[in-house]
Amino acid sequence: MTVRPDPTFHATAKLAMQAPVESFAYTLMLSGDFSQPDGLAIVDVNPKSKDYGKIVHSVIMPNKGDEFHHFGWNACSSALSPLNGHPFLERRFLIIPGMRSSRIYVIDTKGGPTKAKIHKIIEPEEVFAKTGYSRPHTIHCGPEGIYVSTLGGGGPDGTDGPPGIFVMDCQTFDVIGRYEIDRGPQDKQYDFWWNLPRDYMVSSEWALPPQFEQGIVPEDLLSNKYGHRVHFWNLRERRNVQTIDLGANHQMALEVRPAHDPVKEYGFIGVVVDTTNLEGSIWTWWREGGKFHCEKTATIPPEAAAKDDLPPLLQGFEAVPPLVTDIDLSLDDRFLYVSCWGTGEMRQYDVSDPMRPRLAGSVHIGGITRKTRHPGGDYRGGPQMVEISRDGKRVYWTNSLYSTWDGQFYPDGIPAAMVKADVGENGGITLDKDFYVEFPKGYRSHQIRLEGGDCSTDSFCYPSV
Amino acid sequence: MNEWTTAGLWLAVIASGIYHGVSPGMGWPLAVSAGLFARRAGDLFRALGLLATGHFVAMIAVLLPFGAMLTLMVWQRQIRIAAGLIVIAAGIYLLVNRRHPRVLARIPPAQLALWSFAAATAHGAGLMLVPIYLGLCQAGDLDVGHQAAAALVTGNLITATAVSVVHTAAMIVSGGVIAIAVYRWLGPKFISQSWFNLDIVWALSLVLVGGIGIASTGYDP
Repeated sequence: MTVRPDPTFHATAKLAMQAPVESFAYTLMLSGDFSQPDGLAIVDVNPKSKDYGKIVHSVIMPNKGDEFHHFGWNACSSALSPLNGHPFLERRFLIIPGMRSSRIYVIDTKGGPTKAKIHKIIEPEEVFAKTGYSRPHTIHCGPEGIYVSTLGGGGPDGTDGPPGIFVMDCQTFDVIGRYEIDRGPQDKQYDFWWNLPRDYMVSSEWALPPQFEQGIVPEDLLSNKYGHRVHFWNLRERRNVQTIDLGANHQMALEVRPAHDPVKEYGFIGVVVDTTNLEGSIWTWWREGGKFHCEKTATIPPEAAAKDDLPPLLQGFEAVPPLVTDIDLSLDDRFLYVSCWGTGEMRQYDVSDPMRPRLAGSVHIGGITRKTRHPGGDYRGGPQMVEISRDGKRVYWTNSLYSTWDGQFYPDGIPAAMVKADVGENGGITLDKDFYVEFPKGYRSHQIRLEGGDCSTDSFCYPSV
Repeated sequence: MNEWTTAGLWLAVIASGIYHGVSPGMGWPLAVSAGLFARRAGDLFRALGLLATGHFVAMIAVLLPFGAMLTLMVWQRQIRIAAGLIVIAAGIYLLVNRRHPRVLARIPPAQLALWSFAAATAHGAGLMLVPIYLGLCQAGDLDVGHQAAAALVTGNLITATAVSVVHTAAMIVSGGVIAIAVYRWLGPKFISQSWFNLDIVWALSLVLVGGIGIASTGYDP
């Protein structure tokens, strides 16, 4: 408990944009073949520092095979919610779930990013016993504590019961229990986010554990068995109020990005691939008259390719799907960044009109057949997990998707990389040729979190005025 | 002496109202939020009205039972000591149990009056008034001498209502002034800038008020 609210908590997204810029980034490192323990890298992102673009500290876990993917803070700007009436938490602990082991690490960053150390380890048995869920994934700090989405239910293969969300205490890190009181038709789970004052939550679907843990299952994908629905919840009643099916061909609806200004009742969701034409797509959802709606508002076409240039999985198609694996929205809700992990392109859309995203910028890097090079290092894979600085001027990303899937699309391997692009005054993005983070050998890189909060962690409770 | 006591107690009712009003935990940021969402001051005032309603109910719900008990004239001193002890106990509980309040966060944002009632009750805001109120009841009794029980009940009921009204008015005016200032001039940045953790001060206030309540019984005629 603090005497004043944490200085990195902001009432509005606009205030967060005006806050001091980030000096450090936290990036997850995972051992793709599980031969080394996973870790957290602290990267110096201050251009004035002599260690700019270098890993200055790392926390290596005591176990192997955790498979780090996404992570988040114990507390963020949502603590300023007037309903809590008590914003005296610290943005201090990073919650890192192992999505293969179901183990959760709590990392203490007191004293600064370079002093980060393990604070607590929650063993998988506690998660199983208290929630009946497995394979924890996305972390959001919210009204009742820390919300954790999971990808698996009970049992060894995670198919005994549906996956869902559970709640953890934001101070003791005790697992409290399941979030859902009434899940409706929801039977798969991936990402989730919310509009706190408007009291709703949106969740998405990827797949059940047998569909991803040993690699992508082509038969399941071609028969449209991956997730393709979006669920809308009454946040505080913990009830599914509406489910929208995007159509079975829209396979894998992943990242959920609501507008940061809570006055706006809309947001975006990315769909990895349309099995009828290999397109990737962006969907806009909104609430009107008490009902939710969702429409496809942007598509990204596949690129033709010679059979011999493709990995076995894609040879039959003679094309590279864009594979929209991550999207991220700037704090002013103006630019949506879209990772096309297959074709190797980072796209920037101007979404000032959320129903008409307009392509405003693009950077090519990597790609299954394009293999666009980075002047700073041997970049493989495509742009994947993307994070935007609070002021919207810098965009960072890494290149790995998921341990067992990386090799199916990029058989030559995806050594860890983290790069950056700079954003123009009125849109447009250019690759920073001098920023290329080298990681220890054998690691892949995944989600990035920025010191003091970023565009996919903080939720705001007051309108930007 | 008696008039001074009465005036002092009423001042305490108003002071505690201001204290509760300026405390963000009693809800003025919710009024700011309501105004900013609708982009008009009307919604801010509506929110203030709902917050006041919830706060008033939380006050009177605590005061009335004590007022009713006071009609047992023989036990008056014991009742006042017990009330003081309850208030002190609430203060100590809040001192010891300083966890992040999760229950309040479960109330839907649309139910402001319920939220205000729950927030006041969870913080023991009504209890803070009990010793002051019991003092006022006693001062009233002394003025009119011995009365029939029915008249006493009516008198205590009126006093409880008056205390709750005056306290809530002071609370909502002080909180409302801040809410309007933030909405119109200071901007949402003021919300995090002005928010101090008063948990310990609040809990000690309860202990102090309860202690004074018990101490004052020693001067009973």
